[in-house]
Amino acid sequence: MTRFFVSLLLGLLILGPVAPVAEAQNGPLRIEITEGVIEPLPYAVPDFVAETPGSNQISKDISRVIAEDLSGTGLFREIPAKAHISTITHFGSPVQFADWKAINAQALITGGVSVSGNQLEVKFRVWDVFAGQELGNGLRFKGTTDGWRRMAHKVADAVYSRITGEGGYFDSRVVFVSETGPKNDRKKRLAVMDYDGANLQYLTDSSAIVLAPRFSPKGDRVLYTSYETGFPQVYVMDVGSVRQKVLSNDSGTMSFAPRFSPDGKSVVMSVTEGGNTDLYKMDIASGKRQRLTNSPSIETAPSYSPDGSKIVFESDRSGTQQLYVMSANGGEATRISFGQGRYGTPVWSPRGDLIAFTKQNKGRFHIGVMRTDGSEERLLTASFLDEGPTWAPNGRVIMFTRETRGAGGVAALYSVDVSGRNLKPVKLNGGGSDPSWSPLQ
Amino acid sequence: MSIFNKAALVAMGLTLAACSNNDMFGGEDQYNSGNSGATAEAGSVDDPTSIAHFQQVVGDRVLFEVDQSTLSEQGRLTVLSQANWLMANPEYTAVIEGHADEQGTREYNLALGARRASAVRELMVAQGVAGNRLRTVSYGKERPIEICSEESCYAQNRRAVTVLAAGLTG
Repeated sequence: MTRFFVSLLLGLLILGPVAPVAEAQNGPLRIEITEGVIEPLPYAVPDFVAETPGSNQISKDISRVIAEDLSGTGLFREIPAKAHISTITHFGSPVQFADWKAINAQALITGGVSVSGNQLEVKFRVWDVFAGQELGNGLRFKGTTDGWRRMAHKVADAVYSRITGEGGYFDSRVVFVSETGPKNDRKKRLAVMDYDGANLQYLTDSSAIVLAPRFSPKGDRVLYTSYETGFPQVYVMDVGSVRQKVLSNDSGTMSFAPRFSPDGKSVVMSVTEGGNTDLYKMDIASGKRQRLTNSPSIETAPSYSPDGSKIVFESDRSGTQQLYVMSANGGEATRISFGQGRYGTPVWSPRGDLIAFTKQNKGRFHIGVMRTDGSEERLLTASFLDEGPTWAPNGRVIMFTRETRGAGGVAALYSVDVSGRNLKPVKLNGGGSDPSWSPLQ
Repeated sequence: MSIFNKAALVAMGLTLAACSNNDMFGGEDQYNSGNSGATAEAGSVDDPTSIAHFQQVVGDRVLFEVDQSTLSEQGRLTVLSQANWLMANPEYTAVIEGHADEQGTREYNLALGARRASAVRELMVAQGVAGNRLRTVSYGKERPIEICSEESCYAQNRRAVTVLAAGLTG
């Protein structure tokens, strides 16, 4: 674990349930994410009760981040405070369900915040208004005040999980390439931010081109490609200390497109030698390299299945870029993409059920998903240039790069639900590309 | 070496800007700004041993068709001339940079650029240039010289550029 993450983790302690108000039951309050068209679930999150002097602002801020998380999914719709009839003045007071029913708030989130020095405690309850009961137990989080956004994300993750039955993804980070400047003089820097664009931190300066960072399974390290030596090579960086080391630096070869194995101990990547690009696996500790493909075609963009047994990658061995699956030790590969156009940058979902990819067809780019055998292909986006999908830790949302056309073209990060709904840009100052989503923290 | 490369690129940009009719954003001014410095450092175009001569008379680049790394007939002739020049000027080494246009995924374009650079290198080595004087690198779609999203720009970006380095022995 690294310093950077440790400071946050130490500062964030789940204290466990607050005393239950009612028997925990599964009420009728439920969103099925996979359904085709849904009406967002109306909810209310009145400002959390400030329980200590001076905690008014942070209480409001925490409530707002929770609302941004939930409404940002497109699955929930907030009923604004000005429509509220009841005011929550004490965390422990009984909820006036009739008042929340009257404004059609199906879910209600109440909470309390106390600050002591730099210590922050947040507690909350989720209510199924129409059932008139609590949904799950209340929880308390304790940490330092500078970690307030993470606590808000934790609350939102809990609410999201209880209502959708899925894991959350708000308390997560994204490593990406920050981009500034025109197309013919692009400055690229490695950067990391919260999933919602907050807490941006640069990891490199712009002196060398950097490409396609990838989080480790624990989120403590990042693999990326840098032109630091003048030639593209794969590096591994400790996110906390920002210390980096080159992984593969053979003179005369290029290495790129790295990804961690699910156990975090080895890396699969492309190595180019004499103009030919193949896949290799490298043990990080020993530096030992194992060749996985041996073909005159281009083999690149490998990604492990979550159980580590298989690798999906792209190859032009058939004449155009297509997707293939092989054993994690190499050997025979099975082609899985058969639709029109070219397929690249496959990424296995953390749930193991789908593979996301970039598709080029008739001059357009798409982000799509298919089952791991290539069936049930669905395109989620279409634009001049969409590429490089990455999965949210719960496998329900995909973030990717969208670049606009023309001399003034810029790259930006977008996200879209696996259903194809809720396409939207990630809030970011300046351009960005090549996102990689961390696990849930 | 990096300053030198920049000077070389500036000079290359100038020759290209002249034949690009899609350069709507004043690229020529930008390219012009550094040109006097480049020629002063590199020697006159008329001096056949100069880098300026290599860039502008021999030709420092070859262009490729969409998704291809096979040299065109014209490209082959350019590379042969580059090889002859390098054999006549043994004090130079070269890095062959492969590039792709923006119509492709980042990883694939890196691999494609490597194929293009390698195609140039292989022909030079076959022609007799010592392999240890030639390195290859791919920039994929990271370093376009023309920035419109039209074929006229893409055609200029699908290139392999032979960048000379003086004073380095191979």
